[in-house]
Parts: sequence; C-alpha cells; structure tokens
Amino acid sequence: MIEIQHLSKVFPSAAGDITALSDINLTVADGEIFGIIGLSGAGKSTLVRCMNLLERPTEGRVIVDGNDLMTLSKKELLKVRQSIGMIFQSFNLLEQRNVLANVCYPLEIAGVPKEDAKKRATELIDMVGLSERIRSYPSQLSGGQKQRVAIARALATNPKYLLCDEATSALDPNTTASILELLRDINRTMGVTIVVITHEMKVIDRICDRVAVIDQSKIAEIGNVSEVFTAPKSAIARELILPGATSVTAQTNGHKIRLVFNGEDSGKPLVSSLILECQIPVNILFADTKDIEGRSYGHMVIQIPDDARMRERVEAFLDANRIVHSEEV
Amino acid sequence: MSEMFHQLWESGGFLTATWETVYMTVLSTAISYVIGLPLGVLLAATDRGGVHPIPWLNKTLGIIVNIFRSMPFIVLMVAMLPVAKFIVGTSLGNSAMIVMLVIAASPYIARMVESSIKEVNAGVIEAAEAMGSSTMQIIVKVLIPESKPSLIIGAVISSVTILGYTAMASTIGGGGLGAVAITKGHQRFNDDVIWFCVVLIVLIVQLMQEFGMRLAHKTDKRIHK
Repeated sequence: MIEIQHLSKVFPSAAGDITALSDINLTVADGEIFGIIGLSGAGKSTLVRCMNLLERPTEGRVIVDGNDLMTLSKKELLKVRQSIGMIFQSFNLLEQRNVLANVCYPLEIAGVPKEDAKKRATELIDMVGLSERIRSYPSQLSGGQKQRVAIARALATNPKYLLCDEATSALDPNTTASILELLRDINRTMGVTIVVITHEMKVIDRICDRVAVIDQSKIAEIGNVSEVFTAPKSAIARELILPGATSVTAQTNGHKIRLVFNGEDSGKPLVSSLILECQIPVNILFADTKDIEGRSYGHMVIQIPDDARMRERVEAFLDANRIVHSEEV
Repeated sequence: MSEMFHQLWESGGFLTATWETVYMTVLSTAISYVIGLPLGVLLAATDRGGVHPIPWLNKTLGIIVNIFRSMPFIVLMVAMLPVAKFIVGTSLGNSAMIVMLVIAASPYIARMVESSIKEVNAGVIEAAEAMGSSTMQIIVKVLIPESKPSLIIGAVISSVTILGYTAMASTIGGGGLGAVAITKGHQRFNDDVIWFCVVLIVLIVQLMQEFGMRLAHKTDKRIHK
C-alpha cells in the first residue's frame, strides 16, 4: 500500500517559490491500478516521483508498506526503490546496452548472480513478446518495443509496485492499446500494483480501477473510474473527459444527457433507434467516440426537449440498451 | 635535398623521431587519462544537477582546472620545471617532458570527459536512480558506458592536442619530430627537414584521427549498422 499524507512540494526559484503539489492525500491499495490524471503542469509527474523519492517532498509523508520513506537512510531507500519499478514516457533505456543487458541492469544493481539474472531477464523478455529482439539495441526498436523492454526491465526485480509516468504518451493509438493491455495482464497475473500518470482520459478508462484528478497542484476529485467517468463532479474532470464539450453544452438549453460508450457494439445504430423508438427529436451536441475493433468507446452529449415524460422514455431506452448515462449540467 | 636531410634519412633519424613522438603522445595521453578521467567524472557528478552535487568541491576543482587550462603550454612548461625535477629527478629530456605533458593535458582531458558525461540523457540517469542504483553504480554502469563513443572521440582530440604539445616540449630537450624540425631544420636553415617533419606529423594525426573515429563509430550502438 502506498500512502501519501499531506504531501506538498515547493520548488524554489529565482522568481519566487513554485508550488508543484499542495496537501495531497491519497492511498493506493494493493493490487489495484490507480490512475492520476491532470493537464500538463498540474504536478502529476512530481507526485509520482515522490512515491519513490526521486523528488523529496517539502512537507508530508510517503509511506510504502508501512515504511515512511522520508525517514529511511540512503541505503534503505535504494533497497525500497528496487521494489518499485518505474517506466517513463521516453523509455529511458540504456542506449549502449542490448535488450538483454538492459533488463539485466536492475538485477546487477540488486546483486543477482549473472547467470540467474540472464535467466530471469530472458523470461521477462519472452513475457513482453520480444524474444526475437533479445540481442537488438534500443536504436533498432520501435517505440512500443522500447516500452516493452522498459516494462520487462522494471519488473526484473519482482517489484510490488510499478509506476508509469506518461508511459503511452509517445506512442500511437494501437501501440498504446497493446501496452495498456500488457500492463493490465501484469496487474492481473503477477499482482503488481500499478500507478498510471497520464493526461489522457482514455488511458484511465481502459485500465484503471480508481483515479485521482489533479488540477493546479491539488486533488480535485478522487474515486472509482466508472463514477468519475460517468458523473464527474469537478470542472477539470469534465474538461478532461470531454475536452471542448463544456463550452458547447454550457450555452445550450433543453435537457442534456451524457452517454458513455464503453465497448458497445459499434454496428448498432443507437441514435437512430433512440429517435425511432422514443419518437422524440434528438440533437447531438458533442461526440467524441472511437471505434476499436467493432466496439465504440467515448462520450456523447445529446439534447432532448425539456419534458419529464420524454426524458423517462429516453432513460428507459438507454437502460434497456445498457448505455451508461447521466444528466449533463 | 640538404645534407642534413640525407644524413637523417640514412641514419634512420626520422624514424627514431617519429617513434619518439608517437611514444610520448601515447604515454602522456594514457597517464593524463589516469588523472583526467576521474577528475572529469568528479566535475560532472558534483555539479549542480549532477548525480551527486557537492557545490564547493565542484567550484574548487573547476577553478584549479581553469588555472591550468588558461596557461599557455610553453609558459606552463617553464613554470613546472621544478615539479618535473622533483618527480623524475631531471628537468630535461623525454621523462621531464612527459611530466609537463601530463600536467598540461590532464585538466584539458578532465573538461573533455566532463562534457562527454554531461551528454548522457538525464532520463536514463533518472531511470537508473529509480531502480535503486547507488551513485557509484550510476557512474560505473551508466555514465561511463553510455558516453563511451563520445569519450573515445574526446580521447582522439586530446591526443592530437598532446601531439602538438610534444613539439613545443622539444625546447627543454625532449626528442621527437618537433625537436628535429626545430634543431636540425629551423636552426640550421634546412627547410626540407622542417617540411618533411610536418608531413610525418600530419600523417600521424591523420592515422590517429581515422583509427579513433572508426573505433568510436564501431562502439556506438545508437547507430544502425
């Protein structure tokens, strides 16, 4: 369990102190995938770096498995870091080492005998599906392959936690999907607790159990992904979930409903059926949906006349079709 | 051809001088690296934003290195004569010259090494820290191996500079092609001797450069081959 208590981080600068994080409180439970989302500059990367003390908080406590990291000696801290894997947006592989040697690195650091290290590394490289590239150098790999190597490397010492700092932000949508799938597999099969930092809601939606929304150095909202996703309470969460939608929907009258597509059959003409079955005019105010392998993902905000009976009919239709929906205000 | 040229050619004087130049260059470069490499790593590591910042140490080392670096070699050489005498027992000849070369080249090499080390991607260092590496492990397993191609190129540039210094060092009685060009060529008005020495020096530099760059290229795993 990772507990963050009253954590603040202030960077002193010539132009005055810059507060990156202020009074952050959160708990990452064992076995979950915890997401931290925010716009760039919100402080989320600093927050994840506080979890292994790559950044020392100015105030507050970081407690990992009951150990207050701030009170550990340098040596003890290095030991703790070996039990917390980390991957990055820019992969950060050792350019002069091949895939095998990269994955062996953390094992060398941990003092694992060379042969055992090689064996363990080979298994992990196999697990991330790169056995054929084991002798390749990072410059010969694609972005997705590099991230797979980084994941294998981060897992080499059998860590209990894996911190992912914008791990998919440099990757294209398909590669992102496959990396997220890999992370979810790791979470499920190896029981690794994962903390995901991202600015993309789709990453959170895809794999996270719970999410903390960070805005201007503070936690704006924290909760189960399904709750935050369907009924965001904070303005920033709404903005992150439906970028650009707030400005459109704010000026429109009538009753507004937000529909959430979470892998429904994209072949089904949902909006047409809604209009035909309910016999009401429907106006699409905003839509951001994506078709991935015949399933739709995303959001839509529709407007219907402000009439209680019509509303009931629409809600009944949506419930019958198992579409998650909520009133948009 | 002057008589001196013939005499040097017949007696193998050019050959001996070439060998002396190569030998002094290689030996001084090697010894200078023993001092310059750790010093350069220390400069890079203790800098603000380095893997182990120690501002006062960094500042002190920086000032010392700068003092030696700002002195023209010929002046530094004269000033260091007593040091050479203290270390090798004489202030004349090849051994004294190697002492001078090492004193002049080590700070230069330290700066070369420092800049190579600082080229290593900060993200890679951060990843190594996140994996629980100690400072020493980062230096030995990350900084030096990751900057190897750049370090090799630095070594080539440094050794060419040191080769240039060996010619100047002939003024205190060292050997080599520089000495031949000055004492047998310039001072006795044999232009052909001077020019032939120049040709030989150019050849040595070209060979060093070519070999060094190939080696750097071959070690660099960032390049697709």
